[in-house]
Amino acid sequence: MDSEIIWRIAGGSGDGIVSTSENFAKALMRSGLNIFTHRHYPSRIRGGHTYAEIRAGPSELKSRGDGYNFLLALGDSFGRNQKIDSAYYGNERIKPLTENLDDLNEGGVIVYDTGIIDIEDVPNFSELVAENNWHVYPIDLRAIAKEEGRDIMRNTAGVGATAALLEMDLSPIEALMKAAMKGPIFEQNLSILRNTHKMVSDTFEFTHDIRFPTGEHSEPQALVSGSHSIAYGALDEGCRFIAGYPMTPWTAAFTIMCGLLPDVGGISEQVEDEIAAAALAIGASHAGVKAMSGSAGGGFSLMSEPLGLAEMVEEPIVLLEAQRAGPATGMPTKTEQADLDHVLYTSQGDSTRVILAPGDPKEAYEQTRLAFQIAYGYNLPVILLYDQKLGGELRNIPVSFFDREPNPTMPGTIAESDLPNAPHHPSGKYHRYRYDAPNGVSPRSIPGQKHGRFHASGNEHTPEGHISEDPINRVIQVDRRMSKFSAIRDYIDSQDISTNTEYGPDSAPYGILTWGSNKGTIEEAIDRLNSSGDPIVKGLSVSDICPFPTQQVTSFLDSVSKTLVVEMNVTGQFQGLVKRHLGAYGDQLYGLLKYDGNPFEPAEIVAGFEEKIIGDN
Amino acid sequence: MNTTFSAIGENRTVEANEFTPEIEPQPTWCPGCGDFAVLNALKKAVSEVGRSPEEVLLVTGVGCSSKISSYFECYGFHSLHGRSLPIARAAKLANPDLLVIAAGGDGDGYGIGGNHFMHTARENHDIVYIVFNNEVFGLTKGQASPTSLKGHKSKEQPLGSAKDPIRPLSMGLAAGASYIARTAAVNPSQAKDILVEAIQHEGFSHIDFLTQCPTWNKDAKQYVPYVDVQKSEEYDFDPRNRVEAAQMMYETETALSDGKILTGRYFIDNRPSYQQEKISRGSMPKEPLAYRYTDQNYKWERSFNYVKNRHT
Repeated sequence: MDSEIIWRIAGGSGDGIVSTSENFAKALMRSGLNIFTHRHYPSRIRGGHTYAEIRAGPSELKSRGDGYNFLLALGDSFGRNQKIDSAYYGNERIKPLTENLDDLNEGGVIVYDTGIIDIEDVPNFSELVAENNWHVYPIDLRAIAKEEGRDIMRNTAGVGATAALLEMDLSPIEALMKAAMKGPIFEQNLSILRNTHKMVSDTFEFTHDIRFPTGEHSEPQALVSGSHSIAYGALDEGCRFIAGYPMTPWTAAFTIMCGLLPDVGGISEQVEDEIAAAALAIGASHAGVKAMSGSAGGGFSLMSEPLGLAEMVEEPIVLLEAQRAGPATGMPTKTEQADLDHVLYTSQGDSTRVILAPGDPKEAYEQTRLAFQIAYGYNLPVILLYDQKLGGELRNIPVSFFDREPNPTMPGTIAESDLPNAPHHPSGKYHRYRYDAPNGVSPRSIPGQKHGRFHASGNEHTPEGHISEDPINRVIQVDRRMSKFSAIRDYIDSQDISTNTEYGPDSAPYGILTWGSNKGTIEEAIDRLNSSGDPIVKGLSVSDICPFPTQQVTSFLDSVSKTLVVEMNVTGQFQGLVKRHLGAYGDQLYGLLKYDGNPFEPAEIVAGFEEKIIGDN
Repeated sequence: MNTTFSAIGENRTVEANEFTPEIEPQPTWCPGCGDFAVLNALKKAVSEVGRSPEEVLLVTGVGCSSKISSYFECYGFHSLHGRSLPIARAAKLANPDLLVIAAGGDGDGYGIGGNHFMHTARENHDIVYIVFNNEVFGLTKGQASPTSLKGHKSKEQPLGSAKDPIRPLSMGLAAGASYIARTAAVNPSQAKDILVEAIQHEGFSHIDFLTQCPTWNKDAKQYVPYVDVQKSEEYDFDPRNRVEAAQMMYETETALSDGKILTGRYFIDNRPSYQQEKISRGSMPKEPLAYRYTDQNYKWERSFNYVKNRHT
């Protein structure tokens, strides 16, 4: 365990925690380590306890760790109600220290800013330190920062102290600072970094064991989040239109797209609400542009109506749904997987939508591309269902992973030159919704094309698109739209990308089944459970929510006697979906559920497996 | 100009009857419905400006009047109740060469779609928006609509509506529409002229089109006699003057409650359309995005360069 560091930087919102941690993570990656980050933050602009956690080590990392071993507690410089015992929020200044003590592993390191945190205010601190064998380095980071620059630069001092205590080379940190800052700001930060490093190295006697691990990458790495991967996947599929309304945690992907699109001659639109957002994506797509929209669960509720329209008029769109803890406003910045049923069943009528739930940033990139391929190949809406965890976690991926060709094609359209000979209604309207379309996909024409005019309608309609309540037409059209799914199933299966991932020894007697962003966490738990030698458990992480991979899940469940179903909600929505599709496996499935707003740590899955699967024997 | 969207920019003579579907469906509107007049005026106006059926996208909401997309030969899109505008404006951004017209009823546009109306007007998209205003919900059988007069009775408002009607012209002005007019089904020549102006205007054109409902609004007038405020000696205001326009709108809306029908052009402003604003800021390409997907020579950007520059 000591071959890796799990570093937390904790402060108030507005203290620069995110940018400092991202730069530090990049410096660690450049030093040859693998990276996995996790963020905890309140729905608040200034103040409130927030931290960013970086796990870094020489081996591949698929999850946050168990607890952590190095705390840089900056204190909350925006903290309210200092020293008022009865204050609702308590003493906020010290919270970046006190709120993080529970998770700090034995033998861990604490650096705190004595310029903000008065240790006298922290109850039982010395007892806790002694009990847990923590190594404490109190440093007046604020004073150091003030001396050379401004007190907000105490982050830099904290990073300098961290580097000193880990005996880490400063050069990757300095290179990143040089790239990000200019002039006196750079000079000041540089001297703060170096001075703190020197002061800590010279002043303190190091009592802790944790040191900077050595690692090496065989090829250049990129540090990306799930939100980045989604945006880059969309870009590479030729998506040049996004419409949205801000809502955490989908805002991250929206922001990245809004930054990229002007650069590539695309269009981004922030609009009045999510009904409009999804409707704009429909309008842009109708006029011939690859388009997307998205939201968190709350905004997706509003999209329910245009989602149904896209199904009925067979308009290709890609919608993102970034889950956070609900219902209603819920916990805006906390993760959850409780919108599975929402996304599957919202909107009236039998649905014709595809839902993909990627498990990590690589899958997020590939499945976003897949989402566009299915939407624009089969003319229906595709939803990419992810969460605050996947959207925000940073991981390193080989740069070469992204070295791929763009694909702007729209196979579900018809070329103008083919229109004169395509089937038409005697009135001259094109049969946009023809009965006998192969795989149910009747190619769409685009406004402006000659001989392509047709009528799109949210009402049930005839082949040329006119409103019809004729029962025979109705059944043919419903059956045709539904028939796309077997072709889509085949298309997904034919792609050489990661969707439903099996992990661990084939011969294992037990299984762990999960979906979406828990993929890496269960894989780490599986490794640990099998580490004693005998194969005990294997895993299946499902991404294809709809169409459901019935065969693959069936053969997985058939191959084990009992399965733990891991998901972040209270009603076991994925387990419910499995039972709905498979029917027969109810008594072999054991739910491990978490809904406190934080993602699973691997140890929680190990403990859950031991209790529910092994302990049940 | 574009070989894969060759209906656009043909510059040929277009006849009004090209917009009439050659065979069924014929309109299902009630005999005497004002919606017929909108359909006829629109056929004349679009042919007069020389746009052919396949370069027109007509996006409608849901309701009696929204069925116009079935009866007007073009690319039609009968969408959702109240949602014609966000679909229409995105289509226009995707391909500004299209003539994009949105249409729907007063409940559709001023009620359920009111938020979209406000924001589309504010953004000043270069589209025409026709609101068929019959002061009642027709297809759902006579309930009070946002423009129904106070006292309107129906099974849902058995004691008469307690609400004052909204002021649609004033709403359009406050929200930012740059061309605002009211016309009436009983005034086909003025209606056609106003539609032509609205199509030619670069920006959001809001037309409040009074369409009598002979079935559910029997008490309401047939919108006769009407007065054209531009032609009448009685009124003198400058539609390019926002303050005078606001006053004239207020008077017109109040007069309607008293049974007096005023129509005409109320506001004309030359502020840049949304797409002009976006193009001038570099946040929208000059060449319609829709054409890029059929351009064999376009070199599509890829994310690899961003990953190398930003994430390593």
